[in-house]
Amino acid sequence: MSLSNEQVVHLARLARLSIPEDVNVTRKQLDSIFVLVSQMQTVDTTDVEPMSHPQELAARMREDVVTETPCLAAFQAIAPQAEAGLYLVPKVIE
Amino acid sequence: MSRSDWEVVIGLEIHAQLSTSSKIFSGASTAFGAQPNVQACAEDIALPGVLPVLNRGAVERAIRFGLALGSRIAPKSVFERKNYFYPDLPAGYQVSQLELPVVQGGTITIRVGEGEGAYEKTIRLTRAHLEEDAGKSLHEDFHGMSGIDLNRAGMPLLEIVSEPDMRSSAEAAAYARAIHALVRWIDICDGNMQEGSFRCDANVSVRRKGAEAFGTRREIKNLNSFRFLQQAIDFEVAWQIETLEDGGRFEQSTVLFDPATGQTRMMRSKEDAHDYRYFPDPNLLPLMIEPEWIERVRATMPELPMAMKARFEREFGLSAQDAAALIASREMADYFSAVVAATGAEHAKLCANWMMGELAARLNRAGLEIDAAPVSGAQLAGLLLRIADGSISNAIARQVFEALWNGEGTDADEIIERLGLKQVTDSGAIEAMIEEVIAANPKSVEEFRGGKEKAFNALVGQVMKASRGKANPARVNELMRRRLGT
Repeated sequence: MSLSNEQVVHLARLARLSIPEDVNVTRKQLDSIFVLVSQMQTVDTTDVEPMSHPQELAARMREDVVTETPCLAAFQAIAPQAEAGLYLVPKVIE
Repeated sequence: MSRSDWEVVIGLEIHAQLSTSSKIFSGASTAFGAQPNVQACAEDIALPGVLPVLNRGAVERAIRFGLALGSRIAPKSVFERKNYFYPDLPAGYQVSQLELPVVQGGTITIRVGEGEGAYEKTIRLTRAHLEEDAGKSLHEDFHGMSGIDLNRAGMPLLEIVSEPDMRSSAEAAAYARAIHALVRWIDICDGNMQEGSFRCDANVSVRRKGAEAFGTRREIKNLNSFRFLQQAIDFEVAWQIETLEDGGRFEQSTVLFDPATGQTRMMRSKEDAHDYRYFPDPNLLPLMIEPEWIERVRATMPELPMAMKARFEREFGLSAQDAAALIASREMADYFSAVVAATGAEHAKLCANWMMGELAARLNRAGLEIDAAPVSGAQLAGLLLRIADGSISNAIARQVFEALWNGEGTDADEIIERLGLKQVTDSGAIEAMIEEVIAANPKSVEEFRGGKEKAFNALVGQVMKASRGKANPARVNELMRRRLGT
């Protein structure tokens, strides 16, 4: 199993990762991880239930009650830019 | 080729905002209309170090939904991260469910169309899963920047995914309405479409009649009214057929509907699902639902719409169409049940007629929903009982209804008494009026005797007029015939 350079660039873009200009460097590093993955994939897991969490525990739940009190001022104080209660970000238009 | 050579295939994804007090993973309030960001706590804005804790109320609502559609409630379901970058998604991922959703399968029966051509159809549910909503981006100009309001971030959503079982925009709208009525019926979502509590995405494709494989689909996003849903699908279907018949092709993509033009337009070409790089959220353990919990929830479920419809037909002898109209909403059904409880089942048909006639018309004109009707179920029942026992005619009843609607009395009996509207059935009083009318209309009497039936009706009309509508028409007819000796 290995990735193409195009796939590496695509994944880096999706994850907003800056990678070395020579994509081969990153691809080779990823490939070495895939060696391990390939090895694991040779194990027969036919009757093994997919594991979503390493601990055999169930989600703890809370009752449906409002417990939070507004702390807008504290949050806005640490935001790079805020106005009229809104957090301001560089313009995004789909 | 023509339109009739094509088959339309539609599947719907509906986002229903669950009616919890607090958010799905935090204790922040879900109340609508707050000032920006005051209901966005540390968890909702994804400050480092915060941990989500699942809201039991949201899960319970998902269970209610699953029970209502006869779905499988997964004993174990898993929350996953759907990864993408957008400023109104501060964590960089949305917590959702992919491989193991909480509600799996199920069906809902819908009624499509009205009158003679109406038919029922069963639509299969693929799944329904729990997820959190994202915030809102406001693109008005803030010095060339966008404003972010995270009050909506973390709102509990149930995403309801149907199988591609619908074959027309009418079926799609009927399905959306049925789900809308149901989530309100079982009290898990307020269904407010203006506030975005109930939003539809439609997956639309066409294929040549008889073809097995589905055509390429386009997804119409964020339809917030049933009318727009139907309009958008109609436009999209026509566009797809035209494009294909012209020998053109199109890619799987997402489109937006513009209500102003009635057209759909391209939003983005389809990102591969893998682009979201889902993986189980390590911060959330699997959701385990014990059978005992499901049974406890089942015990609190109300009678469901289709069961109630069947009962109305069976117990009250109502037509399928009448029964379907009465279960259009929980409020409608509750109102009807209250009226029938007061009049007795033998007058159920009369109750249904009045609800769908006079009451529906007045509500429609006033732009009111039935739960805001100025005439209560008990008041309407009181009025209907006076019709049933012959105290007042239908025409007079409409007058009394008008008075009740305008708050001019507490109940029908009081209004009938005060306005002196009680029907006159007393023979003596009617006979006296007949004598007066005959004396005043010798020409009509002459014509009737000469064989003109119309003249008879004119005479009866005069008596009714003299009684100001209060005389029992059947009785007037009978006494008039006797008086004129026929």
